[in-house]
Amino acid sequence: MRRTFLGMPATAPRGVGHLRGDESFPAAARKALGDAQLRRNLRHATTTIRAKSGAVIGEVPDWQELRAAGRAIKSDTMARLPELLEQLEAAVTGAGGTVHWATDAVQANRIVTDLVRAAGADRVMKVKSMATQEIGLNEALEAAGIEPVETDLAELIVQLGRDKPSHILVPAIHRNRAEIREIFLREMPDVDAALTDEPAALAAAARRHLRRTFLSTKVAVSGANFAVAETGALAVVESEGNGRMCLTLPETLITVMGVEKVIPTWDDLGVFLQLLPRASTGERMNPYTSMWTGVTPGDGPQQVHLVLLDNGRSAVLADAVGRQALHCIRCSACLNVCPVYERTGGHAYGSVYPGPIGAVLSPQLTGVADNASLPYASSLCGACYDACPVMINIPELLVHLRSQAPHPRSEAIAMAAAAYTMDHPRLYAVAQRAAGLGRVAGPALPPPLNGWTASRDLPAAPPQTFRQWWSENRSES
Amino acid sequence: MNARDTVLARLRAALAGAPPTVPVPPGEHRRQGDLPPGHPELVDLLEHRLTDYRAEVHRVAEAAVADTIAGILTAAGAAAVVVPPGLPTEWRPGPVEVVVDDDLPADRLAGLDGVVTAAAVAVAETGTIVLDAAADQGRRVISLLPDLHVCVVRPDQVVATVPEAVARLTPGRPLTWISGPSATSDIELNRVEGVHGPRRLHVVLTDG
Amino acid sequence: MRIALFVTCLADTLFPEAAKATVRLLERLGHQVVFPEDQTCCGQMHVNTGYPDEALRLVRRHARVFAPYDVVVAPSGSCVGSVRHQHAMVARRAGDERLASRAEEVAGRTYELSELLVDVLGVTDVGAYYPHRVTYHPTCHSLRMIRVGDKPLRLLREVRGLDLVELPQAEQCCGFGGTFAVKNADTSTAMLADKMRNVLATRADVCTAGDASCLMHIGGGLSRLRAGVRTVHLAEILAATENTETAGERDRLGVRP
Ligand code: SF4
Repeated sequence: MRRTFLGMPATAPRGVGHLRGDESFPAAARKALGDAQLRRNLRHATTTIRAKSGAVIGEVPDWQELRAAGRAIKSDTMARLPELLEQLEAAVTGAGGTVHWATDAVQANRIVTDLVRAAGADRVMKVKSMATQEIGLNEALEAAGIEPVETDLAELIVQLGRDKPSHILVPAIHRNRAEIREIFLREMPDVDAALTDEPAALAAAARRHLRRTFLSTKVAVSGANFAVAETGALAVVESEGNGRMCLTLPETLITVMGVEKVIPTWDDLGVFLQLLPRASTGERMNPYTSMWTGVTPGDGPQQVHLVLLDNGRSAVLADAVGRQALHCIRCSACLNVCPVYERTGGHAYGSVYPGPIGAVLSPQLTGVADNASLPYASSLCGACYDACPVMINIPELLVHLRSQAPHPRSEAIAMAAAAYTMDHPRLYAVAQRAAGLGRVAGPALPPPLNGWTASRDLPAAPPQTFRQWWSENRSES
Repeated sequence: MNARDTVLARLRAALAGAPPTVPVPPGEHRRQGDLPPGHPELVDLLEHRLTDYRAEVHRVAEAAVADTIAGILTAAGAAAVVVPPGLPTEWRPGPVEVVVDDDLPADRLAGLDGVVTAAAVAVAETGTIVLDAAADQGRRVISLLPDLHVCVVRPDQVVATVPEAVARLTPGRPLTWISGPSATSDIELNRVEGVHGPRRLHVVLTDG
Repeated sequence: MRIALFVTCLADTLFPEAAKATVRLLERLGHQVVFPEDQTCCGQMHVNTGYPDEALRLVRRHARVFAPYDVVVAPSGSCVGSVRHQHAMVARRAGDERLASRAEEVAGRTYELSELLVDVLGVTDVGAYYPHRVTYHPTCHSLRMIRVGDKPLRLLREVRGLDLVELPQAEQCCGFGGTFAVKNADTSTAMLADKMRNVLATRADVCTAGDASCLMHIGGGLSRLRAGVRTVHLAEILAATENTETAGERDRLGVRP
């Protein structure tokens, strides 16, 4: 409905990009749970990162104050988003860059494709970016005869393995070193057959493989971690130096950024550059952070473009509770602490945004009906909320989105009936005793509740309810 | 409506009825550390943090910088290095070939063994040096392609915290924040050094 | 002190021993327990499953039933969490600001059992005797929603005869999550398997917690394994004394899986 009104908040269109899975979360999770290797890899990786992150966060005396500052800056940003974007646009343009606006994935893909064509290139090198994965840019480029080359090691592993990313920060987290070695041996034409599975050796192989690409590719596409409205500076946070290569060497740089990535002031960087690395890779600081403002004559790309992407974000912004999902700085801490993610991995979430943040962001970007099982993909244990460096209350959001999800009819009827009964103590007492009697049948529940009793026994029914005991033993009346 | 107007109109419609903007409270987080820039303990901390992330640190007198750099380069077997045009001439290492950057093409830079630069600021708590493309640091690309980066940092450039560094930097300049050599955490989430950026980082900390 | 018992629908229906233990314990400590009989359910299941509109009447009931009392206690971190963090939200969502502030007042006087004992009544030694090897699972809502911290452990450490053993990876969710265990049964089961492995590694006889729901989940799994570990609510351990333990009530006290 909404989409038919230009200028009204709109969800991300279907048929383009990667925000919707092919199957529901429980169905996809079931497959992942059967893969013992995957679960070992995930457990190892998430356990490692939790320990590292916990240690470096422990060094920061004002971590909680920083989190609060991060949240405050982000909620202020959302409240002033249109003005800040206009300010950013003016600053970038003033510094020699060109700003483009894209209402959705289709438009963004077209803008980037046209820019690459205009630069006369048939290949682009890419810095890992969630936004370009979200819109399916690689597929769009390929369809236009342009070869996208992923330069981030994990993205390269995923691309060479014809695989899908499964984690925001470490897209190949589902692969261990032995599997990565096999992919490299199979897919890198010039690789040394004696390659070992030592991480340093694998990294060196990627270095050799990509060097020529870096030196000879005329166009790069990046995302941005932050964009400073006040100054027009864009920032990319990375580890390997592939980002620096892409941001420095080509003639043309195209950055695709979700509108929510803007921050108001230069000083705000001082907050987020502390929060992000410690929460994400568990480092005091990531090896490289690059910042650029439009064009610097004689240094780096001389054609600089910024594509500001909506693709459903306006719809998220329109929900006063749901809006905080836009505060996300994509650190992935919530994935690493999530007991569900640790067991299912990222693919089960269907969207490029997995884990707890994916469970609240994807359904909002697409409309809850298109990702209806995701808000339920959580036990509401709250570990994500504690870990989030910008204090996004993910459990609250999950519950909020559940209320918007289409409910199975039988469940809705049962829930309404239960609420009615529970609002009538007499009926309730009768139902309680029936619940006890019902289980005389045995230690299992009928469908649809048998999912629970498939692997657990129900408790034996007590001889009397508490309120029966109370009226016999304590009640004065 | 064009895309720009559509996006802005959507965002404005999304916020319609939202409570008016409240200014962000300044917050209680630290804007600076307990120690003033250049304090010896900060320099010690910087050394410790850099070393922790596999950078090699050399503490030397200002007068010994050139010899120290020469020693690093010789030990690494570096025959030719690039330097930015504004690098103090007294820092230039004698025994190796020094190429002053003059818009050298990337291929040429990639063929050189090392690079020597100054820095704009360093953050002790995080073990970070920041380059801001000033004349003594040069274009971003020169500190990227050679495999060995030697960076000279003076004590007055060492601040305790990230916010202090942000405050010292000039918005608008191209900035590169460097914390140790190139690394990746992509394989089983363990940090390993050496991917695309310089695989060796030497930081020369001077005494003045 | 006069304390109103918010029994929770689960303890009322399936785990009355935990509720009775709460009554006995507080009476033993010299307090008067009252049970407002018009209470039913806090509505958490409705809210967490996506039915806040249906929960509204239960929130209204809860706020009305407990409004007259100065102190309310529940043997459940989860239900206290619902009262504290969901009730006002449900009311506001329905545009009922008066109910929201009533609910907030009630929430401000509602305590989980270990909170009541340690923070309000100022006791950690409740005079209990429980000669068993016990491990404690901090349930997610106790730990992260209402943040009871180490209060349950401080209470358990004072129980005579009790051998408290630390649970590895204690802070990991057991996989219950209400409807999560039904809608995502496979993932829930995988989480439960790890929790049980950790419980068994302690070689405890008893696994305790402050929430009957999680204990039902863990106990249901352990029962299926025939592992010989019982799940017992924290209130039952704190209510146990030399008399109950020697009077052959031991079995009756256990929340039998
Ligand atoms: S929701 Fe929070 S913890 Fe999760 S990725 Fe975003 S910023 Fe990080």
